[in-house]
Amino acid sequence: MISWLANPERFSRIFTPIRPYIGVAAALMFVWGLYLCFASPEDYQQGDTVRIMYMHVPAAWMAMAVYLIMGIASFFGLIWRHSLADVAAKAAAPIGAAFTALSLLTGSLWGRPMWGTWWEWDGRMTSVLVLFLFYIGYMALHAAIEDETRAAKSTAILAMIGLVNLPIIKFSVDWWNTLHQGASVIRADGPSIAPDMLWPLLVMALAFKLLFVWLWLVRIDTELMARRYRALRARLSFAEEGN
Amino acid sequence: MKAALALLKRDIGLSWSRGGGPILAVGFYLTLMAMIPLSLGPETQVLARVAPGLTWLSLALASLLSLERLFERDYEDGLFDILRGGKLPLEAIALIKCLAQWIGTGLILALLTPMVMIILGAPAEAAGLSLVAAVLGSLSFALIGGVGASLSLGSRKGGVLIALLVLPFYVPPVIFGAGLMQAYLTGAPITQALGLLGAYSLFALALCPIATGAALRSALN
Repeated sequence: MISWLANPERFSRIFTPIRPYIGVAAALMFVWGLYLCFASPEDYQQGDTVRIMYMHVPAAWMAMAVYLIMGIASFFGLIWRHSLADVAAKAAAPIGAAFTALSLLTGSLWGRPMWGTWWEWDGRMTSVLVLFLFYIGYMALHAAIEDETRAAKSTAILAMIGLVNLPIIKFSVDWWNTLHQGASVIRADGPSIAPDMLWPLLVMALAFKLLFVWLWLVRIDTELMARRYRALRARLSFAEEGN
Repeated sequence: MKAALALLKRDIGLSWSRGGGPILAVGFYLTLMAMIPLSLGPETQVLARVAPGLTWLSLALASLLSLERLFERDYEDGLFDILRGGKLPLEAIALIKCLAQWIGTGLILALLTPMVMIILGAPAEAAGLSLVAAVLGSLSFALIGGVGASLSLGSRKGGVLIALLVLPFYVPPVIFGAGLMQAYLTGAPITQALGLLGAYSLFALALCPIATGAALRSALN
């Protein structure tokens, strides 16, 4: 299935027509999710500030999920040499970096009124900051190597090494019992947050996911077109030289 | 084995005779050390408090210095192509070169670490432990540095790029190493931090040569 889809032509043929629908679905989910955010009750302790969570938590989930996707795509690119996997990993990086920055930023805005500090060097925050640095390093390395195949390979190795950070982020709240609270949605004994607040959170999470998929597909397509353009230009200049 | 030893000897010898080598890193390390009291003020109390953390930070930064040239010259003058024809796999070559880097530079910096820490105000009893910790830490610095150096081979941004790639991976040993000294100085148990530091270095020893080998292979093709 994956090898079948790994043909860039086929990939574009299948996904380009459905892409606008994903974009529209993302927009609708955002409208619904934002409505729910403001319709949901205030928290008895946090007041209105709790609404920041409906941005913060999905962004943080996506920050990790996108890195995981990047790691898996890099794995496929490295092992099976699917050029589409390389493109997919490269295309995901800036989006993931943006989600990570968003989660750090919203967390900071929430932390100021709630914890009384913009930033605290606890395990969760530090490891997410390191995740952000990994994204930056990944993009910097990709930009620094001119040859596209080599850049893909080197960044794939880097992305896979960086995967060790994900479990550290996930379990940081359990290992270092510090300021950031533990998991309250994905737990063995069911979510521990009120349904009134769980709903907007889940809708927003879905909206973020759709937004990512849409942006990702756009970026993959752009990259594929850029490559086709480069290949055509190279062929053209080659033909001119021949004359 | 003979080839491995010969390569190790050659690399250590070259790092000493090429000028630079450990002298550059040592000079940088000591300069950083001298700048700490100049920037924070010379109060002994303050310095003793920050000595472990800043020593480890300086050690990590000094370990970065010579990474740029770890593989570059051999890559450019074609030595790797010759080595590939031999019996040693690229992973082993990567490991040997990183070990040479460790012995040639990292160990020298590690030897200086107790002195740096004491000058900054840590008690002399901490010397032994800080040496052990620095030896372990500098091993992981050299191995991880090898990954960064091999990944950025052939790009024109060498040094800064390596720092950007490698420093996030230097974070855990810096945390464990500085935490270990902090725990020792406050009388808290040290086994956990020492164990984590050792585990991290051993993991690096097992995994980094594989990644470095893969990156070298991609650079050579």
